[in-house]
Amino acid sequence: MQYQSQAVAKPYFIAALGLFVAQVLFGLIMGLQYVVGDFLFPHIPFNVARMVHTNALIVWLLMGFMGATYYLVPEESERELHSPKLALALFWIFLVAAALTVVGYLAVPYATLAQITGNDLLPTMGREFLEQPTITKIGIVVVALGFLYNITLTVLKGRKTAISSVLLIGLWGLALFFLFSFYNPHNLVKDKFYWWFVVHLWVEGVWELILAAILGFVLIRITGVDREVIDKWIYVIITLALVTGIIGTGHHFYWIGTPEFWQLWGGVFSALEPIPFFAMTLFAFNMVNRRRREHPNRAATLWALGTGVMAFLGAGVWGFLHTLAPVNYYTHGTQITAAHGHMAFYGAYVMVVLTIISYAMPQMRGRAANSNASLVVEMWGFWLMTVAMVFITLFLTGAGILQVWLQRVSATPSPFMVVQEQVALFYWMREWSGVVFLLGLIAYLASFFVKGRENAVA
Amino acid sequence: MSTSFSTSSARNVFYGGTAFFVLLFAALVFQSESETPKRDRREMLAANPQIAAGKRIWEDNNCIGCHSLLGEGAYFAPELGNVVDRFGGGEEGKAAVKAFIQSRPPEGISDRRSMPQFNLGERQLNEIADFLEYASKIDTAKWPPSIQG
Ligand code: HEM
Ligand SMILES: [Fe+2]
Repeated sequence: MQYQSQAVAKPYFIAALGLFVAQVLFGLIMGLQYVVGDFLFPHIPFNVARMVHTNALIVWLLMGFMGATYYLVPEESERELHSPKLALALFWIFLVAAALTVVGYLAVPYATLAQITGNDLLPTMGREFLEQPTITKIGIVVVALGFLYNITLTVLKGRKTAISSVLLIGLWGLALFFLFSFYNPHNLVKDKFYWWFVVHLWVEGVWELILAAILGFVLIRITGVDREVIDKWIYVIITLALVTGIIGTGHHFYWIGTPEFWQLWGGVFSALEPIPFFAMTLFAFNMVNRRRREHPNRAATLWALGTGVMAFLGAGVWGFLHTLAPVNYYTHGTQITAAHGHMAFYGAYVMVVLTIISYAMPQMRGRAANSNASLVVEMWGFWLMTVAMVFITLFLTGAGILQVWLQRVSATPSPFMVVQEQVALFYWMREWSGVVFLLGLIAYLASFFVKGRENAVA
Repeated sequence: MSTSFSTSSARNVFYGGTAFFVLLFAALVFQSESETPKRDRREMLAANPQIAAGKRIWEDNNCIGCHSLLGEGAYFAPELGNVVDRFGGGEEGKAAVKAFIQSRPPEGISDRRSMPQFNLGERQLNEIADFLEYASKIDTAKWPPSIQG
């Protein structure tokens, strides 16, 4: 670690991992409710568990992005953060707001939460992923603005690099598109249309810039490849991402009451979206192959390569699978969607945050890499979680194909609940894969506590 | 990558390309907005304020956390964009939807996926039924493929 203020990343990373654990535990609860319907009912109904599962994911990824930013911007800008105190204060505000929101989800019925937080004044609640009370959303905006102020000043006052510019554009875009979460018209079609301006333009737009910047930062450090080369890759990747991803938003406008021209526009552009993800895979492998040094942190290298591969599989391959309108007509809103959502979020954003944590945490703890024993445990965590996620995706895909057939294609379509019982075996296997994922997570977390002879080189 | 293509030209292509596709997207959004009134049944919304109230009930109870609506949401419970039709359509369908919501046992159904008892009053039940009927009238390009959602 070269700058004192980079250390503010540490609480962000720790809190992110804490929320990751919560996310996975609630995922296991939901997975069980898929097959043992009344598990924990009526105390934790499925919709409540799902809010915790998805919102914890979003918040911990945001925490991870912020931690990554606080860690890498000083090094890129070659100066201390504008205000480490502000960064720390915002951390606590964000954490407390997130904790209170989760307590609200679990402690009172959602309708009560909507009432006591004044949802009637500015109704934004009750939409997928945007379930947070309106005041929490306002809190998120305040934290984001403070964060962007801090980072932007640091970048402007210091050395300008491609990595910090791309990261900054991604982060500003993230904040900007979140503002659409405050637009909730009575008109269901318009509500749904602009809802995607948050969700799609995040994960298939500006977040890809953040992803490329973080990956580029880590690859420069662990491979020693020239910045010039890495910068060029980053620009090519993000150009491809936005050129395909912006109009690719149209792949969500097929069946929600929007005009049918989107079927062609959305289909063609989103079918090209796998290209930037494939470029990321090539990028990661190329840089590691051309490395000019052997960085002792082999786990960080593994996470970086894993991000390239899994992002391409989850977002690229599983996204392409159902993105063309004639296919999406049958798969829309089925377990196929769920399969893709899981591998894409894990492969791209979970893994890139774990990449930067893997690289930066040892540095913040005063060493280039953890001991060999610790690295081995961390890599066990990598493989268990990643392989488990592949199986979760495969089982959900299996369930989804059967669901499409039995419920939608068959000459005598069966009711939803009947079909769910017929595919229960797949849900059981998904749940067991989830247990393996949890074991991987435990191994991963344990690696932080494994001692052993340290790799001392700085 | 070849050295003839410099980082600064890559950067310029990024800014230029992004600007171009943002503008093209804006044009498509504009076109979409101008065609949507033919499909989104806004005249129903204007005529019956119960629909907007029903949407609020839908949101305040987080129905989307289990169900999908026009294919979006959770996949734990049935699609509701066409539930009024599935339950018989029109007044009959709406009455059946209301009866279903009202009859959920508070302690759930043993071993089955259970829907909470939301304790909605008659007025709120009417509002949610009107909202779901409105959703069923939106022109979704013939989605879903079967009445089962
Ligand atoms: C890392 C990037 C990505 C992430 C995190 C991601 C995540 C998701 C999630 C969570 C959903 C479900 C949204 C909902 O609940 O309604 C979804 C839907 C979808 N995604 Fe992605 N996605 C990514 C990239 C892609 C790409 C590159 C493609 C196309 C090649 C794609 C195609 C789709 C399609 C077509 C749907 C709609 C599925 C349906 O009709 O039900 N995604 N994505
Ligand atoms: Fe998308």
